[in-house]
Amino acid sequence: MNKTMTRVVGVILVIATFLLISECAKQDKPLLGSGDAASAVYVAPGDYDEFYAFTSGGFSGQMGVYGLPSGRLFREIPVFSLDPENGYGFTEETKGMLQTTFGQIPWDDAHHPELSQTDGVTDGRWIFINANNTPRVARIDLKTFETVEIIEIPNSGGNHGSPFITQNTEYVVASTRFSVPIPQRDVSIDTYKENFDGTLTFIKVDPDDGAMNIAFQIIVPGYDYDLAHAGKGPSHGWAFFTCYNTEQANTLLEVNASKNDKDFIAAVNWKLAEKYLAEGKGKTRPGEHYSNRMSHSTHMSTSTLNKTVVTLDPADCPGLIYYMPTPKSPHGVDIDPSGEYIVGGGKLAAVVSVHSFSKMLKAIEDEKFIGEAGGIPVLDYDATIAGEVTNVGLGPLHTEFDGKGYAYTSAFITSEVVKWKLGTWEVVDRIPTYYSLGHLMIPGGDSRKPWGKYLVGLNKMTKDRYLSTGPELAHAAQLIDISGEKMKLLLDFPTVGEPHYAQGIPADLIHPHTTKIYELEHNEHPYRAITEKEARVERDGNEVHVYMTTIRTHFKPDNIEGIKLGDVVYFHVTNLEQDWDIPHGFAMQGARNSELLIMPGATNTLRWEPQKVGVFPFYCTDFCSALHQEMQGYVRVSPKGSKLPISFN
Amino acid sequence: MGALLLIGTYIFPLWSITVAAPQYPEGLGVYIRINTVDGHSKNDLKNLNIVNHYIGMQEIVPESIPELKYMPGIVGFFIVSGLLVAWKGGKKTLYVWLALFSILAVVGLIDFYLWNYDFGHNLDTEHAAIQIEGMTYQPPLFGTKTMLNFVTTSLPSGGGILAFISIFMGYLAAFLSWRDKQTV
Repeated sequence: MNKTMTRVVGVILVIATFLLISECAKQDKPLLGSGDAASAVYVAPGDYDEFYAFTSGGFSGQMGVYGLPSGRLFREIPVFSLDPENGYGFTEETKGMLQTTFGQIPWDDAHHPELSQTDGVTDGRWIFINANNTPRVARIDLKTFETVEIIEIPNSGGNHGSPFITQNTEYVVASTRFSVPIPQRDVSIDTYKENFDGTLTFIKVDPDDGAMNIAFQIIVPGYDYDLAHAGKGPSHGWAFFTCYNTEQANTLLEVNASKNDKDFIAAVNWKLAEKYLAEGKGKTRPGEHYSNRMSHSTHMSTSTLNKTVVTLDPADCPGLIYYMPTPKSPHGVDIDPSGEYIVGGGKLAAVVSVHSFSKMLKAIEDEKFIGEAGGIPVLDYDATIAGEVTNVGLGPLHTEFDGKGYAYTSAFITSEVVKWKLGTWEVVDRIPTYYSLGHLMIPGGDSRKPWGKYLVGLNKMTKDRYLSTGPELAHAAQLIDISGEKMKLLLDFPTVGEPHYAQGIPADLIHPHTTKIYELEHNEHPYRAITEKEARVERDGNEVHVYMTTIRTHFKPDNIEGIKLGDVVYFHVTNLEQDWDIPHGFAMQGARNSELLIMPGATNTLRWEPQKVGVFPFYCTDFCSALHQEMQGYVRVSPKGSKLPISFN
Repeated sequence: MGALLLIGTYIFPLWSITVAAPQYPEGLGVYIRINTVDGHSKNDLKNLNIVNHYIGMQEIVPESIPELKYMPGIVGFFIVSGLLVAWKGGKKTLYVWLALFSILAVVGLIDFYLWNYDFGHNLDTEHAAIQIEGMTYQPPLFGTKTMLNFVTTSLPSGGGILAFISIFMGYLAAFLSWRDKQTV
């Protein structure tokens, strides 16, 4: 090879290398593999994650608890669905939690977790979550990670715009997705426009114990109310609700509710609502709803039926509510940390519309109205709009904030996260998701104080992302590093249920304060047995109450005779342990409900109707100690009419 | 002064025994106090008794240990008499006080050792689920010992340390008075 040839080959090699490098760079993947990302999400064995992430279970009706950045699943908290794993909804104590005016409901569709806040900052006390299908809101105590309250929302259908909270957790709001006849009655569906209304419900939260009560419902025109967020800072005192189907279609909504260029964001002045209520403008109307509360001292739920609700009619309450036109069938309505910007995700538009709170107040003052809808003043779009974010992808749904002046919007159709700057409205970065991103979450990203380090994308589809499990696949969450100028995908992990929305919070605000055991001396369960001396069996007609204790590694009593077919046996099992992470299980052969999983110091009750004559074993299901396999007992079941008296050891 | 330190034994535990195991990374522990035995944390004694029952160790029931009933009175006597000795006692009474107090300390430690021996050796072989040939579970008087999955550490605690200082100060006083006598 002569010198010229060598040079030519050399130049070609240099160019080829250059092209290769630039090709690699275009693929947006680190050249040296994913070592960077792996170390960014690695939490060494025994170390703790920096954040908790609470994901809704969507149609599982439960809530997932994950660690970030590892993506490790710690627990699935039963909320709206039965959980035979620990007896939630099956035990005598927890059955009442799922009580509704329709009877006991075993399942729901849970969409939006929302952490309690103090002064607009997540405080780690409680987390709320909504049930869509049979409208309810649940409260979970973050000391015990247990569902402690579920309240039913009357005069509602599809409780989707819920449970968004005001900045000091004064209220949890709930808007009805499906407008319905109020009160419910037998009318033709074609009379939608005359007979159907919507409600915006404000649930008062007790600042000390978190107890929820419906304060009032605002009766609004029969549209589909979608999502909500309360104002904060300067906009504290207001709450914002998106709505679509201002066409008021009652069939084939995909066409008939997609005609108007703009639908509305409803701005509600709830401080004014309080004033109107104090003036007696509220009307007491029928509104049967259950309120179910769990007591940590009796370990039992109590269900209370409330017959009525107080409603406010916008016609009687001028200034209570205004509509801000927003393109097109807006979905999310998100308030930036300063409380000034109201961001509407135009689900069927290719634009995000940002309203200004101060401009809105000015427009109200100047009466810049373009008309009325159902008696509610409609503001002029140009008078409230602060800016429009274009090139934001198709199907923009939800926006969260990093506290550093940037907003992140999910685009469902183009399956991407789009980062844009507040104030200039320019798009500065975008990153694909896998696939079909719905909500996204930044810890504190919908509060006054975001921790803008990570963003979690919550995807509806996974398709080819994981090893296949047949037609039914996991949903997924994707962890994105947003600490730098460019977003970086770090981790992609499958989730339980549908991770519809999530909340994140620094672990320090919860982890050190959790409950480890229930103290036996504070156990006020009416059927407790807090020493082995109190263990006994009592017959009351055909009801048999077994006051049972459990401690490593035996039940007392563990031999019971004198039970007859036709009896209803209640095993009230008290776990005498006072040590962390020593639950005991209780499983009875042939029990047609579930097992019990009893936390240290608690009493749980399993109802058992013997089906057959014979001697049937029960045992501990939770591997409690080296002698766990010895932890067992027998119940003798005699024929109906047997004269054998109750006996036990 | 030394006698006054003994007041601390009413407040602070004399001895501390801590056990750690894979399942108890945070450790379980008991304090031996002048009048009782209790856990480092609220439920430690209960949990230690649960763990111990597997190997047939007796339950630790503070009310059933007679020494714990006499101890406050005996130590009280030494505080009052120690103060009297310091106030107007001569050398001889100091020596007597010191000798009696030293005997108490030695007897106390021997008694503690015997209790430990009894707990470790007098096992309920009828009910113990786990019995290992030749294995006993006597906690050390002083120091660390590994028994099955538990690492047991036994050390004097605040009150015990104060008692030792008290004895040391008694000896120091005795030594100083003896030296004064030599130099005069």
